[in-house]
Amino acid sequence: MKILVAVKRVVDYNVRIRVRADGTGVETENVRMSMNPFDKHAVEAAVRLAEAGQATEIVIVSIGPKQANDVILTALAMGAHRGLLIEAEGKVETLAVAKLLKAVVAEEKPDLVLLGKQAVDDDSNQVGQMLAGLLDWPQATFASEIKVVGSDLEVTREVDFGRTTVSIPLPAIVTADLRLNEPRNAGLPMVMKARQKPLAVRPAAEFGVDLTPRLTIEKVSPPAERSAGRRVGSVSELAQVMAAEVSELEAI
Amino acid sequence: MAVLVLAEHDLGTLSPSTARVVAAAEKLGPVEVLVVAADASPIAAEAARIAGVHKVIAVSGLANAPADALTAILASKAEAYTHIVAAASAVGRDVIPRLAARLDLMPVTDVIAIHGPTLFDRPIYAGNAIETVSSGQAKNLLTIRASAFRPAAGGNNAEIHDDTQPAVTRQKFMADHRTNSELPDLQTAQIVVGGGVSFGSAAKFQLVESLAKTLGAAVGATRAAVDAGYAPNEWQVGQTGKIIAPDLYIAIGISGALQHLAGIQGAKKIIAVNTDPEAPIVKIADIALIGDLVEIVPALTAELEKIGLKR
Ligand SMILES: Cc1cc2nc3c(=O)[nH]c(=O)nc-3n(C[C@H](O)[C@H](O)[C@H](O)COP(=O)(O)OP(=O)(O)OC[C@H]3O[C@@H](n4cnc5c(N)ncnc54)[C@H](O)[C@@H]3O)c2cc1C
Ligand SMILES: Nc1ncnc2c1ncn2[C@@H]1O[C@H](COP(=O)(O)O)[C@@H](O)[C@H]1O
Repeated sequence: MKILVAVKRVVDYNVRIRVRADGTGVETENVRMSMNPFDKHAVEAAVRLAEAGQATEIVIVSIGPKQANDVILTALAMGAHRGLLIEAEGKVETLAVAKLLKAVVAEEKPDLVLLGKQAVDDDSNQVGQMLAGLLDWPQATFASEIKVVGSDLEVTREVDFGRTTVSIPLPAIVTADLRLNEPRNAGLPMVMKARQKPLAVRPAAEFGVDLTPRLTIEKVSPPAERSAGRRVGSVSELAQVMAAEVSELEAI
Repeated sequence: MAVLVLAEHDLGTLSPSTARVVAAAEKLGPVEVLVVAADASPIAAEAARIAGVHKVIAVSGLANAPADALTAILASKAEAYTHIVAAASAVGRDVIPRLAARLDLMPVTDVIAIHGPTLFDRPIYAGNAIETVSSGQAKNLLTIRASAFRPAAGGNNAEIHDDTQPAVTRQKFMADHRTNSELPDLQTAQIVVGGGVSFGSAAKFQLVESLAKTLGAAVGATRAAVDAGYAPNEWQVGQTGKIIAPDLYIAIGISGALQHLAGIQGAKKIIAVNTDPEAPIVKIADIALIGDLVEIVPALTAELEKIGLKR
């Protein structure tokens, strides 16, 4: 089985972002960037399938600026075999990302495409489902467990009522949730080895996809701020306060 | 033209989020509700009672909401609507982007405010920024954060159309894994008690559940508490869990990581119990008690039982 994994370079999840004063967006200059956390779980899942002898090749693809090389290298260091950077400046909407990935699928013919459930910058949670729609492939989103059973996948998904296990035939799209696995931290030797692995860089224009945005970002604003209220000194005081709060709740 | 709302349901009953999504969708045009289920009739009857609903379309014969089949059903109906709207739930998030790609549209997901038929607010960066987007598209596909809208009233009696649709899915259902719980629905509860990893065991985490029962509250948990196995995944609140907006959120032994705060930004009041006066949650809480949860929670539950809450 051949696996394609899509990884996005995003502002590191530990960074406290700042909204630009002029409302044009979030400050991304001189901010630490890294691989979208969910995508690490997707890469880890692919590498484990390869280690278990169930996958033969893992190809990594990222769409973004030149620097997105970094996140591809991280994935190669974790154990993926080769990488493809589709160079595009500025914001590429999820629909265009899905169309670019569809073009890559047409070239690479993977049996399985693994993605993260959501990118933690725009929190869209869209691309995997869109790619599945474009390809008319089955999808299993928000995966916390993946098992290969013959030419099917058994995927346990995290959903609102708990978890559900479904079986889908390959080729298929799976998006990774955080409880899927513990991603490894590649050691220095693996990082060095990753630099020897093939990494193609191609401009987005080569894929014949219209990148014109469909949505206009009118403005980006900071959320309402919260500040500290008061301290209570004892359990009985807290109980009184809570009882008062509860009695004031309006009935819905 | 009308707006189509995909009904959210579970175990044969309409979910409370649907009345909220209908209230949001009413800002966009006259609302019709689509119910797709193994047996859609009882759910459709509930949906018909929501104020503002003009018509309910009931499609029976499809269980477990597989994305491919649900997309096909929605796509076959799409032409007649300006907007197709679902809750930003596991089902809505699964199907709306897939449908959007099939219709060559950019969806707008996790909408928290509607300023007009094509102007929406959605949070980005775990809610640390709010993006206002406008769409020039002829049709718009949305998921709505139910907790950001008040529910529409009841008392309606909309007409119900039974519709048959061939539902073809390549997905085979294997099993559901649920936690049996008498607690209220987390996403729409007025009071939520949230517990963190510092409870230290699943047994101790039950202190959260006892307190919640006393308050008639739902239970939430941090990712760390879920990862540790103290709470089921459906209780996780935050950027990757449920987004809630209760009137009162009681955070016990929770640090207030930005990914957790992403899930409680809509809470009206926050009460924090924490040993650390410098914890981020304490800095944004309306009321805080500094101390050890092991002593505080049982005492608090007992004290509230004594007071006797009337709700
Ligand atoms: C991509 C990504 C997505 C994430 N999504 C989510 C999400 O959706 N939801 C979520 O919750 N997290 C999420 N996280 C994890 C998040 O970053 C934090 O790790 C997590 O919220 C911390 O949980 P906690 O507050 O239980 O634990 P900790 O951060 O360890 O905090 C424990 C707190 O308990 C206090 N404490 C300790 N002992 C006691 C005691 N005896 N009595 C009282 N207080 C005590 C401590 O002072 C501390 O404040 C995500 C992380 C990533 C990277
Ligand atoms: N620019 C990108 N390049 C590669 N993969 C991406 C890109 N954007 C999104 N993805 C993938 O799609 C997943 C979901 O992203 P999103 O729908 O944007 O929240 C991510 O976790 C990635 O796996």
